[in-house]
This record gives sequence, C-alpha cells and structure tokens, in this order.
Amino acid sequence: MKRALAMALGLLGAWWGVSALALVPEFMLPSPAEVALAGWQNGAYLAQNALVTGSEILLGLLCGTALGAGAALVIAASGTLQRWLMPLLVVSQAVPVFALAPLMVLWLGFGLASKVALAVLVIFFPVTANFLDGLRRTEPGWLDLAATMGARPWRVLLGLRLPAALPALASGVRVAAAVAPIGAVLGEWVGASSGLGYVMLNANARIETALMFAALLVLGVMSVTLYVAVDRGLRAALRWSPGG
Amino acid sequence: MGPAPGITITGATLTYDGAAVFAGLDVMLEAGRLSALLGPSGVGKTSLLRAIAGLERLDEGTVHASDGAPLAGRVAWMAQRDLLLPWADALGNVTLGARLRGEKPDAGRAEGLLARVGLAEKRRALPATLSGGERQRVALARTLYEDKPVVLMDEPFSALDAITRARLQELAADVLAGRTVLLITHDPWEACRLGEAVYVLSGRPATLSAPLVLDGAIPRAPDDEAALRAQGRLLKRLEVGA
Repeated sequence: MKRALAMALGLLGAWWGVSALALVPEFMLPSPAEVALAGWQNGAYLAQNALVTGSEILLGLLCGTALGAGAALVIAASGTLQRWLMPLLVVSQAVPVFALAPLMVLWLGFGLASKVALAVLVIFFPVTANFLDGLRRTEPGWLDLAATMGARPWRVLLGLRLPAALPALASGVRVAAAVAPIGAVLGEWVGASSGLGYVMLNANARIETALMFAALLVLGVMSVTLYVAVDRGLRAALRWSPGG
Repeated sequence: MGPAPGITITGATLTYDGAAVFAGLDVMLEAGRLSALLGPSGVGKTSLLRAIAGLERLDEGTVHASDGAPLAGRVAWMAQRDLLLPWADALGNVTLGARLRGEKPDAGRAEGLLARVGLAEKRRALPATLSGGERQRVALARTLYEDKPVVLMDEPFSALDAITRARLQELAADVLAGRTVLLITHDPWEACRLGEAVYVLSGRPATLSAPLVLDGAIPRAPDDEAALRAQGRLLKRLEVGA
C-alpha cells in the first residue's frame, strides 16, 4: 500500500514537473491542477457517466464469468461438445474484438446491451481457458481415489474436479476483472450516448483535454478498485488454496 | 461389509515401454489376513496393487476373489500420499466416498472413526492445519469409512517419522483386523510387525518369493524376537535379490 502510494505520488510529481516546465503544449498535457479543477466542475456529469460504465463493466464481468465457467464445465463434461465448442471459442478470440464492436452496436443498439456483450466477449475466453485448464489438471491421485470409491463421473466433476479447479477459475476471473473495462469502453467509443468512454471521446473532440484526463482518471480508479476487490474476495473465498 | 475374500492373481503380465514389469506372475492373498509386500523401488509393487484395485489394466492375467463374486466395489485404497482434499475439513474428507456416490454421508459413523484414530477434536480442521501423521490418520479413517472387506495400502506410513509411524502401524493393525489387506512397504520391519504373510517382489521381470509366514497376533511388539529374526532373514533375502 505504501509502495503504491509512493508510486502514485512520484508519477503525479513527474506529471506536475513536465506541465510546469511547459515541455508539452497545454492542450496535449494539462497540469494536474487543471485536471482536478475540470473533475470538480464536472463532478456530477462524471459521476453519472461513471455509473453507466461501472454497470456495464460489472454486468459484463458477471455474465462473462458465468458463461465462461459454464462453457468450461460443459466442455470438461463431454468430449463431443468439446470438439464442437472449442473451434467456436478460438474463432471468437481470433477475430479482434475491435472488429466486432461496430457489429455489436449495430445489433444490440447504443445502450447497455452492446457494451455488456463486448465485455463478455473480452472476458469469456480467459475465464473458460483458465477454468478448463484447472478442470483438466485434477490431481490424478484424487481421481484414482474416486474411482476406487465407485464415484459417478458427473459427481466427480462437480464434487472433485470443480472445487479443485476453483483456484484456476479465480485466475481467469482476475484477468477478466482487469480486462472487462476494455470491452465496455470500446463499446462506448463505437456508439453510445453516455459512459466515460463517450465523455472522453466528446471531450477529446472539443479539445477539453483536462476533462478527458479527469474521465480517464475516474476510469482508472474504478478499474483498479474493481481488480483489488475481486482479488481480495477470491483470496478470502479460497483460503484453503496455497496460491489464493 | 461382507466376509473378506481371498484374492488370487493368475498369470499377471504387465509391460511398460516394451520391458516386462512382470510376466506370468501368480499371487494368492489369504482371506482376512494382512499380507505385506516388500521389494526394491520400481519393481512393480504399486502396479500390482493398482491392478487389484482396478486402477490399472493388466496386459494379461486375471484378478479373482476367492468367493467368485467380482472384486469391484469391495476394495478400499490408501496411498502413500494422504490425498486429502484441501478445501474439505477432516469430516468432509472421511465422508468423501459417500458424497461421490450420491449417498447421504453418515456423520455419526465418520465422527466415530475419527475418534478411533484419535482425531475427535479435529473433525472441523482443514488438512493444511494438520500434521503429516494427523493427515494420514484422516486418510486411514476415510479408508475405514468405505468399510470394504479388502484394503490395499501403498506405503501408507513411509513419509512419517519413526514414532508416528510406529503408532499408526499399531492403529492400522487394530482397525483393519479381519479384512484382507495388502500392504506395500519398503520397510522390512514394518512388514514383520504387521504382516501375517510377507512376500518379496524382485527381479525383472519381477517374481514373487514364497511367503514368509509369521505367527502371532499383529501388531507385533517392537521387541518381538520372532519378528526381529524374521526381519533379519528378510534383509538378507533383499540384499541377495538386489
């Protein structure tokens, strides 16, 4: 925590120095004071749009994690489904999500749905890939034990392989929490009437750089808070796992 | 639990990477007795035990129970590592088999077994908070919870310190009485304390020695003279075999 604070203060100082020495024109890099002022003056506006982006990110994270975990379980349970679903999964990642963004906005509209869909697209794969990896790496001794106990395959999946793979799922969810804002903001850039991405795009067009920076800072704080909260929550829930 | 059957293995052949681990091996484990199996590492003891447990398929040969009924579902297995689930407490680990079979776990019986292995107070403890000896006791309680007439143990005490090991040997001999037990060990003294028949598996392809039959109730006392003499004979035989 101390280190993070020192790092933030150091960066802030460097920024202040660069803008105070007027090394860069003000419309490119406003000073911290100007950004703070812009943030203060547009507090309500920023808060309102942060709420929109925050909901998109959270909904995307929830839906993406649920879908990704479900897909991994289905794939782990059935070899046939794996052969059908895996290519689809890979294709969904091979096509850049940036290329899909206009399509999502066209299909799902300017509102919440297209942003959540894009966040889900970004999140889905790391969650599925990590969880599936965990489901496939069950300690062989446990599987032998289950076999001598006369266990049914689906009970082995749900009672043994799934809990054993939870730390791997947690890794996927951590990545998801870190990249979820990408999907949401990307959707807002392509087409939206609210959200921090929309605010930034608008401010940029009007050369209100200080406001753009303020929106960027709010987004950064939101993203870091989300990641830290998810990380702490997962650690607490998986206290039995050495790696957390 | 039904009456413990004897186990007959006939013509067991197993090949790994083109080399025969054993070829045409015959083994007879007496019903209701504890048979100890000694031998150098890598000789195929574990493969033999896994074949009886149904975890490994023999290239050739058969495994039969002496009563003619199938062996599947009548075997409990205990490995060198405790294989406890880190997310489940001691009680949850003991009743794992019930949950994996979709039966209602019998908490009362599980608590009784934990008390029998001296862990009544630790029933809510997670494995990470238990010592190596305690963890292996939980594994023993889990094996007993299965309540199977045949128990296969693969070096279950080898990772423990001498005192803990001696205590667990006594406990195991006590709680496993009346079952057909195959105990794999690399420790001749363990074989002589617990074994009612002691076999040595050696050579490649491996062959089984004639059993060394030890009389008297198990566990044998640490200063039991007959057991000490048997250990001496076994050590000689193992050295010749090596």
